[in-house]
Amino acid sequence: MLSQLEGSRAVAAAVACCRPQVVCAYPITPQTHIVEGIGAMVKSRQLKHCRFINVESEFAAMSVAIGASATGARAYTATASQGLLFMIEAVYNAAGLGLPVVMTLANRAIGAPINIWNDHSDAMAVRDSGWVMLFAEDNQTAADLHVQAFRLAEEMSLPVMVCVDGYVLTHATERVDVPTQEQVDAFLPPYKPRQVLDPADPVSIGAMVGPEAFTEVRYLAHAKQLQALERIDEVAREFAEGFGRHSGGLVSTYRVEDAEVVVIALGSVLGTIKDATDELRDQGARVGVVGITSFRPFPLDALHEAIGDARKVVVVERAFSAGFGGVLSTDVGLAISDAKARLSTVVAGLGGRAVTEAGLISVVEDALADRLEVLRFLDLDKDVVDRELARMAGTRRSGPSAENVLRDLGTVASRAL
Amino acid sequence: MSNAEGTPAVSTTQPVKFYQVGSFAVGNRLVDPSLRTVQADAARTNTITSGHRACQGCGEALGARYVLDAAMRATEGKLVAVNATGCLEVFTTPYPETSWQLPWLHSLFGNAASVATGVAAALEIQGRDDIRVIAQAGDGGTVDIGFGCLSGMFERNDDVLFVCYDNEAYMNTGVQRSGATPPAARTATTEAVGSEPGNPFDQGKDLPRLAMAHGIRYVATATVADLHDLEAKVERAMDFRGARYLHLLVPCPLGWSSAPEDTIRIARLAKESGLFPVYEAVDGEVTAASAIRKLVPVEEYLRLQGRFRHLFDSSGAVARTDMVARLQQLADANIERFGLLQPEVT
Amino acid sequence: MTAGAVDADATTAGPRGRPELFQVRFHGRGGQGVVTAAELLSVAAFLQGRFAQAFPSFGSERAGAPVVAFCRISAGEIRTHAPVAEPDAVVVQDATLLHQVDLFNGLGPEGYLLVNTTHSFDEMGLGGLVDRLHEERLVTVPATDLALKHFGRPVPNVVLLGGLAALCGVVSLDSVVAAVHDRFTGAVADGNAAAATEAYRLVSAKAKTANEEVAARA
Repeated sequence: MLSQLEGSRAVAAAVACCRPQVVCAYPITPQTHIVEGIGAMVKSRQLKHCRFINVESEFAAMSVAIGASATGARAYTATASQGLLFMIEAVYNAAGLGLPVVMTLANRAIGAPINIWNDHSDAMAVRDSGWVMLFAEDNQTAADLHVQAFRLAEEMSLPVMVCVDGYVLTHATERVDVPTQEQVDAFLPPYKPRQVLDPADPVSIGAMVGPEAFTEVRYLAHAKQLQALERIDEVAREFAEGFGRHSGGLVSTYRVEDAEVVVIALGSVLGTIKDATDELRDQGARVGVVGITSFRPFPLDALHEAIGDARKVVVVERAFSAGFGGVLSTDVGLAISDAKARLSTVVAGLGGRAVTEAGLISVVEDALADRLEVLRFLDLDKDVVDRELARMAGTRRSGPSAENVLRDLGTVASRAL
Repeated sequence: MSNAEGTPAVSTTQPVKFYQVGSFAVGNRLVDPSLRTVQADAARTNTITSGHRACQGCGEALGARYVLDAAMRATEGKLVAVNATGCLEVFTTPYPETSWQLPWLHSLFGNAASVATGVAAALEIQGRDDIRVIAQAGDGGTVDIGFGCLSGMFERNDDVLFVCYDNEAYMNTGVQRSGATPPAARTATTEAVGSEPGNPFDQGKDLPRLAMAHGIRYVATATVADLHDLEAKVERAMDFRGARYLHLLVPCPLGWSSAPEDTIRIARLAKESGLFPVYEAVDGEVTAASAIRKLVPVEEYLRLQGRFRHLFDSSGAVARTDMVARLQQLADANIERFGLLQPEVT
Repeated sequence: MTAGAVDADATTAGPRGRPELFQVRFHGRGGQGVVTAAELLSVAAFLQGRFAQAFPSFGSERAGAPVVAFCRISAGEIRTHAPVAEPDAVVVQDATLLHQVDLFNGLGPEGYLLVNTTHSFDEMGLGGLVDRLHEERLVTVPATDLALKHFGRPVPNVVLLGGLAALCGVVSLDSVVAAVHDRFTGAVADGNAAAATEAYRLVSAKAKTANEEVAARA
């Protein structure tokens, strides 16, 4: 049903339609509205047959989800940033045990310094955990991916994380065709577990595995992810049949047919990249965009095909690996078969800094003119950085960098934005 | 054994040792069936079956068997167990075997309570809450790393019986000190060196009383020395719904440097000295305390354990009278607080 | 068609020659319903069959801190989620922000400005703005007073939407009222709707007068 509502509420509505049986979450900005929305639906009995549990930490949240899922219940939780790190032991545990928990990750930067705004550093911290990781480009996709996530997770016995840019999407009010209960019921069958705690047929789940078998058990996780690579596009097609719109899949492309430069990214920044692309195309530049929806499993083949013969690949990254460079771009690099294709990493929008159309246009123009270096931090205020480095070199007791830099920039409240 | 020519004969029989502990301790055929323990029943579920890898004399293996068989009987076999990382989890599931005969989930180290909450929630929402949930952890997984999750479970009154097998240190990793380690005890991280050898005389963490402070329905302490008492408490715990807590003292021969055959005796002396008070509490108030039958000074308990060796001299006499006196004070405080020298009130 | 009052369904030229896009930036303080204002504007546009997007830009501080919210309205799909750098209209809910925060950043010469105040632009030290913008597109509205009058609470956000509808016609008053009833109920909804309606009439009258003056001078 077409509605104008906040992204969080759209996600909450979509999740509720999936008939979760145990919802357990701990509040953290910017996921709060999602969980509050579901909590209200449970309390008002709009969402029935669901236990909503207010847990005392994110570690508890994922743990409760694990216990519930292992007992055959459909479990859901949501977190972000610091909360994801606090539960990380349990995140790996869920994947290792093959439990189909679905989680919303409202992407937010990881501190220090503490920052409540959007970037992808939290997602990057768990990219090897064995979870399927799907990134939403807008709130329609955000809602739709949750429905697909439950289906995929339960079929594959793998947990699935839906990444939704914090604030930028979660707190944006926009038009969403919210899935109806009938549509979801037709698409998502009841959960049939592969393993379940049941006195009628006791099993021991979570036993230790030694060197003799660990490799084989872990390889199964790899094999499952490769299977998921096949299923993700299929599930998206089946979704399109049931819901009448395309949402999800491995990758999406925009104007790549004859592109000289291809810009690649995850999440909501793709919208601005497309606007910039149209502007550049109007000026005659051959630019295309590839959005990666499935970050894990990483769609090497689909990406390779989408990039085609483009000679320049620019990855717009919302995270980075200190001292090294890109995270996403390292994965993308594997998909570029043409050794002559030049790959550039543009780290942008860290900690919620706006990624503007103007900034992106300038980056692509630099790429076209061979002026774009291998690693660029977009909109970096080099002077501020140099002053702090000089401060640090000049005196031992130079104080916290964060305080120094903020003082250098002046009061943030004196700006418009 | 050898024959007349001096060649050793091969023994074809295995000597079987019988331990006479008294008919009533477990309950044999001389005792009325209704007065026998679950352990006396040949048809008990044997929830932790033989073949596990616990040390000889392991108090935790004993305690867990007692608890789970009693719980299985009380729930007619409708029980799910969640187990924290630790000795119990490790020695019962050595790859590729398991000794568990009930549905069992190894959580992580600090989250047995939360995972159990999830299991209970799933059972309830599926309309199957006739199936009960037990969470188990060692002292580390309860009072230290497990405390946050446990407190949350208490606060929400989730329908789980949480059992702490307290051997007073992180045993599986090599006997390191935990928040439950008693003062003066030697561990690998509180060595018996210096002017105040062993664990410092700090605050300690009294989990049973912390559990009571949460106001949960049922809290009890017990030891492996009194089987009837322990089984009755497990059974009683299963009568309640909501969060329940059982704190079980389980001596560890390896970690306590005690003789494996002394496990039950040491547990009894812990209670009889007053150092480990045995009691029950309902809705946050103590309702019954198990009286000390024959009061012993703390050194009788301490003397049997190598982890307190530094308190004694080579002849066995108390050398650190100051430290033993402080331990005696702790015991006396328990005796006072719980009225352990009064006749039992039921 | 006079410059101040635009037909409800007509569109205004936005930046970069995208005639269908209209962008509004709201300024206020935490607790004044700035974010709700942007949301309700987007709902009003939605009810008129448009695409609309509203979102905040704020910190973790709560009441009293400066808050900014944005609303984009378009005939077609809106893809970007970046902040609005070049608003077509700026709404100021709290005049104490003037001279503290750069409220007019990015507002072009064709821009609209609506300020919640009982003072005039000159009294607020903003007379110079008249040179940069079209005089008839700068309007003040005593929105807090209207709010107190109609529903007894000093919350001017919805009131200002009524004024905005009259000032630039990006949405109709009916849509604003419908959005109010969609979000609120009972006396709060009725009071807000009435206050918004009075603001609409006030601003319409001011715009009419201003247009007549401009025409007379031309």
